[in-house]
Parts: sequence; structure tokens; C-alpha cells
Amino acid sequence: MILLIAMSLLLSLTIVAAAILAIRGGQSLAISILAAGLVSLLASVQFLLLAAPDVAMTEAAIGSGLTTFLFFFVLGRVRGGEHD
Amino acid sequence: MIRRLFVTLLLLGLAGVFAGLVVSYSPDETLNLSARYYAEHTAQDIGAANIVTAIIVTFRGLDTLGEVTVLFLTAAIVGLVLSHGRREGGGSGRELPPAGELLGTGTRLLVPLILLLGAHVFVNGHLTPGGGFQGGAILASAILLLLLTDPLRRISHRLITAIESTAGLVFVGIGVLGIVLAGGFLDNRILPIGNLGELFSAGAIPIIYSFIGLKVGAEFSSMLAHLSETEDL
Repeated sequence: MILLIAMSLLLSLTIVAAAILAIRGGQSLAISILAAGLVSLLASVQFLLLAAPDVAMTEAAIGSGLTTFLFFFVLGRVRGGEHD
Repeated sequence: MIRRLFVTLLLLGLAGVFAGLVVSYSPDETLNLSARYYAEHTAQDIGAANIVTAIIVTFRGLDTLGEVTVLFLTAAIVGLVLSHGRREGGGSGRELPPAGELLGTGTRLLVPLILLLGAHVFVNGHLTPGGGFQGGAILASAILLLLLTDPLRRISHRLITAIESTAGLVFVGIGVLGIVLAGGFLDNRILPIGNLGELFSAGAIPIIYSFIGLKVGAEFSSMLAHLSETEDL
């Protein structure tokens, strides 16, 4: 039980760190997108720890899979013009 | 200055609200009334080993129909908005660099496996975690991988439309059959319930969830294909 709570807390802290990285991004949109995907991936692990495997699968497939690749897809399109 | 003060106050307020939630949290010792009903009645009434699936497809089947409709509307609107910049024929856009060896080989290896996993997830939706929505998203991610490898690849919109409309019609048709043959709309007992835990059990749930999976996969794929075919705006 204690181990579970400790893991959840550690995960939550990592999620917050990844979210801050996604907002700041260090000038690179690619890093921001990857960090946002990491937030979803860790959130799906968190759902698994909370005994909700169905929600975890949805989060992993849509949140961290499809959305991340969709952002990269659109980023490649937008990059066709001048740099921002 | 005043803006920073405002933001700090807002953050402190949010922190207070969440701290209150965390401090006052106490885990339930027993299931509450509706949860206990679902936990006790699912196995004998519905025959599905996964209670979440029994709730999504049967107890709350009408909500799922609404969700699928919302997803369909989203896909239709994306198609409508993006149809103006459609690239004619293909290959007329700017030159794209060829996909790397790693991506190409990885795609050839992974796409059949991903499709298989998606089908497994929605066919076994009544036994294991997952179901139509998750399996459909997994199917669509295989299509996305194909489009990433070769952005000029064309995926037949006629096929996607045919799959999506057939799946939607079958879903509603099974629901109406439930009114005629069993207790009500989307009742799963139009087929024998069978033994708990077998693939062909839980009445119509595997069929309904398979068609939901196909429908969701087709909707996501049509959105991705529209995005891929759009000329740079």
C-alpha cells in the first residue's frame, strides 16, 4: 500500500515536470510535443495503478499515441513555410 | 505587477481547492449502491466478464450510441473543412524526402501486428480490458503509421465510408432487434448468453463491440486521411 502511494506520488511529480517541460519546451516544438506525449503516457500508467485498465488503454492509444503523431504530422506541414 | 498578483492568487486558490480534495479523501470501504448493483448483476444478467464493457455496451448502450454519433460528426466536420484544399491526384505537391529505412522496414513489420492487436482488443472487449474505442484507435494508429511512411499514399475514402456506414447501421440494427426479440433497445440477450469467460458469450456484446471498433477505426482513419491529403493551407 505504502509502495503504491509512493509510486503514485513519484508518477504525479514526473507528470508535473513533463507538463512544465511541455509548456517551456526550450524553443523546440518537437520537445514540447514529446513532453506532452510523455504526460499522457505517465497518466495512463497512473490510471493503471488506480485499477482502471480500460481508461489506461484509451489514454495510451489516443492521448499518447494518435495525438502525439498527429501533432508531429501537422508540425511537418507547418514547417513548409518560413521559420517562426 | 497587478497581473502577476492576480495569477499568484489564482494559483493559491487552485492549490487550496486541490489540497482540500486530497486531505478530505477517504477510500470507500464498500461499493456504493449502483456499483454494487452492477457488480452483482453483470455476471448473471449480461454474461460479460468485464463489467466496464457490460455497462458501456448494455446498461448504458444509448450513451455509447451518442458517443459514436459525436465522433462521426467530428469526422464529418473535419472532412468538410479540409475538403477545400484537396490535392488533386497526388504527387503534385512539393517534393518530399523519402522515408528512412528504419521507418519503412518498421512499418512493414509493425502494421500487421498493430492491426491484429486492435482486432484482438475489440473482439475480446467483453473478457479483457479494452473494447471498441480502444481497438478502433489502435487500428487508426496503424493507418497513421502507413501515412507517416508514405505521405502520398491514398487510402480509399469509398472503403472507409462503406465500413463506417455499415458498422453504424449494424449497431443500430442490433439495438432495434433488442426491442423486438429481448427486453429493450440494445439488449444483448438476442443471442444466448453462454458461459462466462468464453469468446462467444455475453450475447450480442462481441458483435456490437466489433462493429463499434470498426466504426471508430474508420472515423479516425478518415480524419487522418483528410489531414494527409490537404494541400498546405
